[in-house]
Amino acid sequence: MIDVEKIKKDFPILERKVNGKRLVYLDNAATTQKPRQVIDAVVDYYSNYNANVHRGLHTLAEEATIAYDEVRKKVAKFINAKPEEIIFTKNSTEALNLIMYAYGMSNVSAGEKLVTTIMDHHSSFVPLQILAKRKNAKFEIMDVDKEGEIPEKEYEKLENAKIASVVHASNVTGTINDIASMSKIVHEGDGVFIADGSQSVPHMKIDVKKLDIDFLAFTGHKMLAPMGVGVLYGKKELLEKMQPFLYGGDMILEVHEKESKWAEIPAKFEAGTPNVEGVIGLGAAIDYLEKLGMDNVRKHDIAITRYCMDELGKIREVRILGPENPEKRTALVGFEMKGVHPHDIAQVLDSEGIAIRAGHHCAQPLHERAGVIATARASFYIYNSKEDVDALCNALEKAQKLFA
Amino acid sequence: MLFAMHWKKHRNFLRDPMDIYMERIVELLKNPLNKGEIDDAEIKKTDYNPSCGDMIRVFAKVNEGKIKDIKFQGQGCAISIASASLLTEYVKGKNLEEVEKMGQNEMLEILGLDLSKNPSRIKCAMLALIVLKKGITDLGKS
Repeated sequence: MIDVEKIKKDFPILERKVNGKRLVYLDNAATTQKPRQVIDAVVDYYSNYNANVHRGLHTLAEEATIAYDEVRKKVAKFINAKPEEIIFTKNSTEALNLIMYAYGMSNVSAGEKLVTTIMDHHSSFVPLQILAKRKNAKFEIMDVDKEGEIPEKEYEKLENAKIASVVHASNVTGTINDIASMSKIVHEGDGVFIADGSQSVPHMKIDVKKLDIDFLAFTGHKMLAPMGVGVLYGKKELLEKMQPFLYGGDMILEVHEKESKWAEIPAKFEAGTPNVEGVIGLGAAIDYLEKLGMDNVRKHDIAITRYCMDELGKIREVRILGPENPEKRTALVGFEMKGVHPHDIAQVLDSEGIAIRAGHHCAQPLHERAGVIATARASFYIYNSKEDVDALCNALEKAQKLFA
Repeated sequence: MLFAMHWKKHRNFLRDPMDIYMERIVELLKNPLNKGEIDDAEIKKTDYNPSCGDMIRVFAKVNEGKIKDIKFQGQGCAISIASASLLTEYVKGKNLEEVEKMGQNEMLEILGLDLSKNPSRIKCAMLALIVLKKGITDLGKS
């Protein structure tokens, strides 16, 4: 297991007080805090080797370029891919949109089937919905059962899908989907499978080869890295066949008055000056996580999620969303409290220094399906302890008293 | 004197953010004012807070450019329901033009909360007014 108390010391922000109380940060599914190692890496870049990458021939430019490309190798190793299969984007949303534009727009025809799930985040759900509308394709949605899981019967919808885009772990119920089985069904019909790994890659060992998925999107800021850097993994054969998403500098092989040719992957998909500081920070974040070991991160996640579910379950009128077994979830617990609106829960918790999320979490279709407008969510990471969960439960009881 | 009072209020707010849930707001959540529907209302308008999906529906009887009666239905947090209660109470008998001119400052004054440190909650406080103003615009078009 990981040493939470030791880890906490690496995160300067955890020393701050909020409303006079110790900060209890339980909004990690929205974004995680950053360790000193990541902050230092960004400061070091700006203090010592800030330059544009892939352009200059001077020392700073070479150092920045080497560092930038080293992170690509690191990310590739982290998910068992090849470096040229790693495209740096702004975030998961941009990565998912890139696929819809660069792959979807030129490969989907009228009448073909596009499939997602009712629990997908708007960042995956909406681009596919729009693609279906533009191409006059069929748009099918896999449903969930009472526990917030996709029953196997729903997998039928994946048969002969041209594209399926499925969230690996739900940001509302925490449900981890069996994307390997889903991808297999889609491949049997020669379709393409996209996984949104925003809530899974930060929390568990991901092997894109083992899962046999075609695309994977995830974002740095939910795994200790700065905001503004995301990753798109794509199978080499697919990326090579695709047309560019954005045109401009750095993605070019040659430009003439009448025509232009594109660079090889990954440069083909990285037009313009990239977020070098973000990428450098992402490299430091991966180093930090690898040192802990992703299997240990996962063990910690399961333990704290289990503890939270047990303790929340003791509070009257609290209903926990999602699978009962913490091993089937990523590190978050979505819940409702009878008679208290999630906004009001969040506000009372904030007065106790506790940060949670309240709202529809950019997953409105799932909330509509469940017949609720908004929910509250506590989400965990490597620096959260049982004391944080205890603080959450105490404050929830206070909220309940106030509104009872 | 006025300044001193404001300062005191502000300091209290800083000391205890739970002020935001002062008794009055929680009371209005439990016993909202003007909750209900008006079947033959000239204005019937529904809208949502896009950040959380909260919903307010406003019903207003309008006669000679004045709001004669007004009720609301809704699902939302304490602040959005309290705002709807206090707004409907405030605009009864007012001219439509007067209501159309109302903005954030007036709404927060009616609500009596300092939300300067809670910008996300301003959306909750503004929902009922936004719905009512959209309803007035629709009425003008018809």
